[in-house]
Amino acid sequence: MTLLNPTWTALLYLAAAACFILALKGLNSPRTARRGNLIGAFGALLAVVTVFVSVKLDNIPWILGAIVVGSGVAAPVARRVHMTQMPQLVALFNGVGGGAAALVALLELPHTGDAWVRVAIVFTLLVGAVSFAGSGVTFAKLQGLMTTRPVTFPGLPALMALVLLAAVGAGVMVILNGWLALALVLLVLGLVSGILLVLPVGGADVPIVISLLNAFTGLAVAASGLVLGNVLLVVAGTLVGASGTILTRAMAAAMGRSVAGIMFGAFKGGSTAGSTAVSERPVRSSSAEDVAVLLGYAQRVIIVPGYGLAVAQGQHTAAELALALEARGIDVDFAIHPVAGRMPGHMNVLLAEANVPYESLKEMSEINSEFKTTDVALVVGANDVVNPAAKTTSGSPIYGMPILEVADARQVVFLKRSMRPGFAGIENELLYEPQTTLLFGDAKDSLTKVLGAVKGL
Amino acid sequence: MDGMSLLTITVLAVFVGFEVVSKVSSTLHTPLMSGANAIHGIILVGAIIVAGQAADPWVLAVALFAVVLATANLVGGFVVTDRMLEMFRGRQRPPSNVDAVEPGAKERRQ
Repeated sequence: MTLLNPTWTALLYLAAAACFILALKGLNSPRTARRGNLIGAFGALLAVVTVFVSVKLDNIPWILGAIVVGSGVAAPVARRVHMTQMPQLVALFNGVGGGAAALVALLELPHTGDAWVRVAIVFTLLVGAVSFAGSGVTFAKLQGLMTTRPVTFPGLPALMALVLLAAVGAGVMVILNGWLALALVLLVLGLVSGILLVLPVGGADVPIVISLLNAFTGLAVAASGLVLGNVLLVVAGTLVGASGTILTRAMAAAMGRSVAGIMFGAFKGGSTAGSTAVSERPVRSSSAEDVAVLLGYAQRVIIVPGYGLAVAQGQHTAAELALALEARGIDVDFAIHPVAGRMPGHMNVLLAEANVPYESLKEMSEINSEFKTTDVALVVGANDVVNPAAKTTSGSPIYGMPILEVADARQVVFLKRSMRPGFAGIENELLYEPQTTLLFGDAKDSLTKVLGAVKGL
Repeated sequence: MDGMSLLTITVLAVFVGFEVVSKVSSTLHTPLMSGANAIHGIILVGAIIVAGQAADPWVLAVALFAVVLATANLVGGFVVTDRMLEMFRGRQRPPSNVDAVEPGAKERRQ
């Protein structure tokens, strides 16, 4: 078979790169997002076909087999995963991408004599390995395989510094001498730093770490493009690195934190340590019927959904409740905190899945001023995102995070599983306020009971 | 390609990357992250090149493992993003009317 000439190859790669830019552009708006994603997938297909017809490749049956295996594993998982578990799946896919980049760089090391190329190889190895191991820890935290609390031990900063120092030393030696054995050591050091980097991050900050590691993988892919002299990898990797950085900053801003603070000062002083204790103070708990009366005779209700709703798969029931209330002439909206759920925008996806109209989903900045004129704020499985401690308690780990101002509503109803604090592990003073009513139980069960009672009014 | 051209392309791609996502609403942050995640699966191209030039069985084994990982990233990433976005369709009012509906809905409330 004759191979495609370099000009055509370059043109096809350029077309694929343009597809990726259009894909990201399309993802800017709900109207064009799906088409954008398909354009991206088309670009990827184009690029993969191009590499087969433009480079002299051996082992083609093996390669095709590996592609079949990779797709055969990933596609069914991606198709079947519950939307609540999607954040950890994205973390997993991100990790394997980083791992692939690191392996590509490792295998290219013996083929180059150029010190500058070895700089790119060392970068890809380290960053790809950090992304792989870090994503693995993120996955474990989100999947509940390990604690979501920050994991720290006394020597952690010193150990981290030591590992990084060793990595820099090994990196310099690899750049100067191109030793493959030392590159393997570098790979291991990268894996260890990835684990150490993510362990101390608290549960509430995990989504930001996924986004950051996504940007890391992008940069690793870009660097591997420099190693292979492949422009498409450079462009695609850089696009993801740059957009991932912006996204990470936007997410951190939504939580009132800085990215550096999350990575290195994670919940400083371990102030979450003692928060497992559940307070014995009295709260006002109530029945589903009482909650139904509160809701059914209100004029304006705002529903604040949180991860508890998603875990209980209660989004469909919440949507039904909203419809039932609207049928009674009540004005109902959903207030979506930017980090409600486990990723920014995660809650929007879950509610969209339950067919809640797009225009009923209000962003925090849009709806916060409306709580003052709201009769009932119904908080379903959310805690940290409505915790006034973020505004009032300067020592609190979530201090500075913008919250939904549900305390301004005339009545606040919490549907909660128990009095246990939320993901960030901080007690919520709002639960003890006089305007607050609690209904304990699984979010979906409680919603079903309230819905039945509302229909019976 | 020479180093200077690659550097130029890299710097320009950084600006395109910043520009193209700077105005995304938080509603679409998750699909955007997932879509960007799928795009870096294009490391598959690199993995294929390395596997196709492998002479040693060990090198081939590692390269094929990289191909599997990269394919999982690429295919899984696009599929899961599509599933997420699928849910943004099929609502009572087409999303293209959102802008027109929004101001009226606000006035009603005041």
